[in-house]
Amino acid sequence: MISGMPTFTREEIKHLGDLARIALTDQEADRLKGELNVIADSITKVQQVAGDDVPPTANPIPLEAYLRPDEAEEPLTQEAALSGAPVTESGMFVAPRILGEE
Amino acid sequence: MAEKLMKYADAVAKYDPVFGLEVHVELCTNTKLFCPAHIEFGGEPNTQLTPVSLGLPGSLPVVNKTAIDYAVKLGLALHCKVNEWSQFARKNYFYPDMPRDYQISQYDKPLNGEGYLDVELDDGSIFRVPIERAHVEDDAGKNTHVGGADGRIEGADHSLVDYNRAGVPLVEIVTKPIEGAGARTPEVAGAYVRAIRDIVRALGISHARMEQGNMRADVNVSLHAGPDAPLGTRSETKNVNTFKGIEKTLTYEIRRQAALLESGGEVLQETRHWDESTQTTAGGRVKTDANDYRYFPDPDLVMVHVTKDHIEELRAQMPEMPRERRARLKKEWDFTDRQMQDAVNADAVDLIEDTVKAGATAAGARKWWLGEISREANARGVSLQELPISAQDVADVEQLIADGKLNDKLAKQTVSGVLAGEGKPAEVVKKHGYQVVSDDGALDAAVDQALKDNPDIVAKLKGGNMKPMGAIIGAVMRATKGQADAKAVSKIVMERIAKS
Amino acid sequence: MSAQEELVKQSASDMAAQLRSGQVSSRELVQAHLDVIEAAEPSIDAFLQVSADQALEQADAFDQRLANEGAEGLPELAGVPIAIKDMIVTKGIPTTAASKILEGWVPPYDATVIKKLKAAGMPILGKTNLDEFAQGSSTEHSAFKPTHNPWDTERVPGGSGGGSASAVGAFEAPLALGTDTGGSIRQPGSLTGTVGVKPTYGGVSRFGAIAMASSLDQIGPVSRTVLDAALLQEVIGGYDRRDSTSIPKPVPPLAQAARQGQKRDLKGLKVGLVKELGGEGYQPGVEARFNEAVSLLESMGAEVVQVSCPHFPYALAAYYIIMPSEVSSNLARYDGMRYGLRVMPPEGVPQTAANMMAATREAGFGDEVKRRIILGIYALSAGYYDAWYGSAQKVRTLVIRDFEKAFEQADVLVSPTSPTTAFRFGEKMDDPLAMYLNDVATIPANLAGTPAMSIPAGLSDDGLPVGFQFFAPQMRDEVMYRPAAALEAALEEQWGGPISKKLSTPWLDGLAQDSTK
Repeated sequence: MISGMPTFTREEIKHLGDLARIALTDQEADRLKGELNVIADSITKVQQVAGDDVPPTANPIPLEAYLRPDEAEEPLTQEAALSGAPVTESGMFVAPRILGEE
Repeated sequence: MAEKLMKYADAVAKYDPVFGLEVHVELCTNTKLFCPAHIEFGGEPNTQLTPVSLGLPGSLPVVNKTAIDYAVKLGLALHCKVNEWSQFARKNYFYPDMPRDYQISQYDKPLNGEGYLDVELDDGSIFRVPIERAHVEDDAGKNTHVGGADGRIEGADHSLVDYNRAGVPLVEIVTKPIEGAGARTPEVAGAYVRAIRDIVRALGISHARMEQGNMRADVNVSLHAGPDAPLGTRSETKNVNTFKGIEKTLTYEIRRQAALLESGGEVLQETRHWDESTQTTAGGRVKTDANDYRYFPDPDLVMVHVTKDHIEELRAQMPEMPRERRARLKKEWDFTDRQMQDAVNADAVDLIEDTVKAGATAAGARKWWLGEISREANARGVSLQELPISAQDVADVEQLIADGKLNDKLAKQTVSGVLAGEGKPAEVVKKHGYQVVSDDGALDAAVDQALKDNPDIVAKLKGGNMKPMGAIIGAVMRATKGQADAKAVSKIVMERIAKS
Repeated sequence: MSAQEELVKQSASDMAAQLRSGQVSSRELVQAHLDVIEAAEPSIDAFLQVSADQALEQADAFDQRLANEGAEGLPELAGVPIAIKDMIVTKGIPTTAASKILEGWVPPYDATVIKKLKAAGMPILGKTNLDEFAQGSSTEHSAFKPTHNPWDTERVPGGSGGGSASAVGAFEAPLALGTDTGGSIRQPGSLTGTVGVKPTYGGVSRFGAIAMASSLDQIGPVSRTVLDAALLQEVIGGYDRRDSTSIPKPVPPLAQAARQGQKRDLKGLKVGLVKELGGEGYQPGVEARFNEAVSLLESMGAEVVQVSCPHFPYALAAYYIIMPSEVSSNLARYDGMRYGLRVMPPEGVPQTAANMMAATREAGFGDEVKRRIILGIYALSAGYYDAWYGSAQKVRTLVIRDFEKAFEQADVLVSPTSPTTAFRFGEKMDDPLAMYLNDVATIPANLAGTPAMSIPAGLSDDGLPVGFQFFAPQMRDEVMYRPAAALEAALEEQWGGPISKKLSTPWLDGLAQDSTK
């Protein structure tokens, strides 16, 4: 468990930016650092009441999943599927060079 | 760069391999796991999509009932604890083939919990593989790398993405760490993955074609110096998609890691890849965000409830499992271990069973499917099922032999004709006029001529040396263009010798 | 007042009645509103996209249908035009979420609510402005432009649905749809003197609502009267198999409850005053209007009790963990691959897919969105999940329990909607925490999934509208419509008409001159 509020460094913010796939500028990272330090105070407050005896709620209305029959519906046409794409080639979406695994 | 390897026998003598497998099985549902897009292998790119499987803003997933039923059946076959309540969670990471940049999988509440699978090894012994879980998740799209050599990712200029496969339901079967297989580690792994393939086929829940990517495995292995020594660092080889590849990956990794440890080196915890062309594994890039998938329950989906009653309904629909079925058939057919294994490896068990049902003997059916017909399948590079010959055809040929209407040679020619697309066996026989010459004057005359032409052989036969009988039969065969029945020939020869 | 001005100032249900009696056509209604939009937009800026051609086509189709087949089987609001928050996907009409990252995207499908509106013959006037991806409380975070409050164009209309609220408040549309994740329908309603409803979570399909925080988001009506909101919620609500969180039950009888409320008899109704939503931080003018409204409820026979929801003070903190966590995942798909913006990395940086995504998201998202994504990534990351997301979900349980206990003591709960009236542009832009406090009274309903609505309670000392909030138990939305309609009727009697009578509408003056030409 974390006690008290976390404090962020510029490097940590940049790392979070990597995870978020956002190429943050130094300026942004510094500003976010300050803002997040303030917002992160929430955690202290939440932990005051979130005891072990309280079950978490993921969805406010307790429902069980509707399971859909395995029946096909009309798909998008290739043209419609590609209609918003920034770059296409041979009916496919174009990605710049992919490095690595994931 | 070639890596140092230790001889396999030395490696497994010195270290105990501990391994694990994550086998992904694509389910053969009509539509995707979370949307009603029809699934078809090899369709035009990006034509099997709804807003959901394309990850369009605003779209929401809805679970496919058949996918859940299939996964429950697989869970039951793997003796898993099927959980009445399970939950989908998001596995967050960015990749161009992921339409939402998160995969919908299951995390702490999988559909199928702990189980096991007993697999049969080549010597007939049984190895129990412990299973951790078998959860449901959706597949990603497919990247085609352009501009590099051989469509490989390295050196490619850009990639083309087809999202047709995105959203296809998968079950990921995760083993617990498997210990105690020792030198047989690759064999156990191969047998386990084959057993899963046979099970999902028997259940009819997956096409299980490895070449189409219906089944893929991630292979983990580490070495430790003895049962009491601490576990070593493991490597993970991703997306191995052939049985042989899985076995070879383990053999290679065991040899590589042993050599590393031996030279005082350190095994890196990394993702590797099996390279079919070099028959080696290669290290992947070290990911900065490795293992931080930020799992959390998917708020677009609610708990999946499979009632006890429904689980029992599904259990009642389960067919006999492959291993049990095989044991039963082997006994019924009176096959040796080797013969049964060959039939399994050739994927001929169903065909032999159907042929027997159509009236043939098991030995007869086996002879054809694993002999002539297998050779033809290999030559054409297709499966037995894809050849234009049915179990009924083979049974018909066997019947013609039993009736004495065809001999072995003519039967082979008849089968060849069927395989060549000339029609049913009766049609082929009729077309070529195949007929066994056995009891008319022509055969007597041919034998007499052959005996007359080979007085030296006749002398040997008379002297009780039966070895040259084949030469006489051969001569008669030539004279009758192969239509003679060898048994009948040898009978007439014996009569003539006795009389003279 | 010009005939056109008179027409657009009516309630939607009155417009609907005129449509059926043949006094006005759907085309005339659409054209009148398009004229207002043209006149008002220079000072209001509520719309990102006006879909005039489609709206007129839809109106003509409706008029034809009405002439041929009559009105039987159609919902009451059939033929009345509507504006749509640009967070909801519309086939063929650009949908941006007010973000540069989606600029120019034309969806190939309709949201379920849009399908329902189309089936009801309700023409779509256009797409309204919002804080980018509905993240904000002022509409200043729109990537394209700020929207102005019709009561004072120097002030914000609230957010995130400032566009829908201002459009309805300024008579550019009789109705609109919003989305409410932490108050994005109700708080702008409060700041613009309009009615805004957040239905029970799962009461209206989210299919086609661009996700911000999936477990909190809900589509709901924006209108000028309680009855209009009820009628609209009946059109858009109900079970949808395309949304797994949709409740498999029919919409409760909302309009009936509103009409019953208009009789102003609340005998037997217990109204619970939420102790924790008021006092410190609430503007005196807001509290004064609120207390007067409570007295009015009492005067109509309601019994007022005080209830305590001790965990509401923790709701804001829990919200600011759950919401960004879900945002960080929901907004991952905007990666430059399939739709919207793509920006290649600058020279000197490897031109890879990963770097393209990072450059695209850096350029395409605004500061507030980035802030929330980064916070969410952190809150979900390994080692922090239990402490952050897990703990926040526990608070969610506690808030739900608070509601359950409170609803044992009262039929409906009430509070001011927003602690303050509309603030000036820029006033809270640099202070996220102050901005977040706008939502302190609205957030508990999102965490608990309960329905809630805001209706105008009058003007504060500063001459700006104050909102009055009702909460009802989950799946019992009709319960709040009755007292809301009663209070509205009682207040309008005091005011001598709707609150909008007090609104000066210079943009309509221009319209009047035009039409007298």
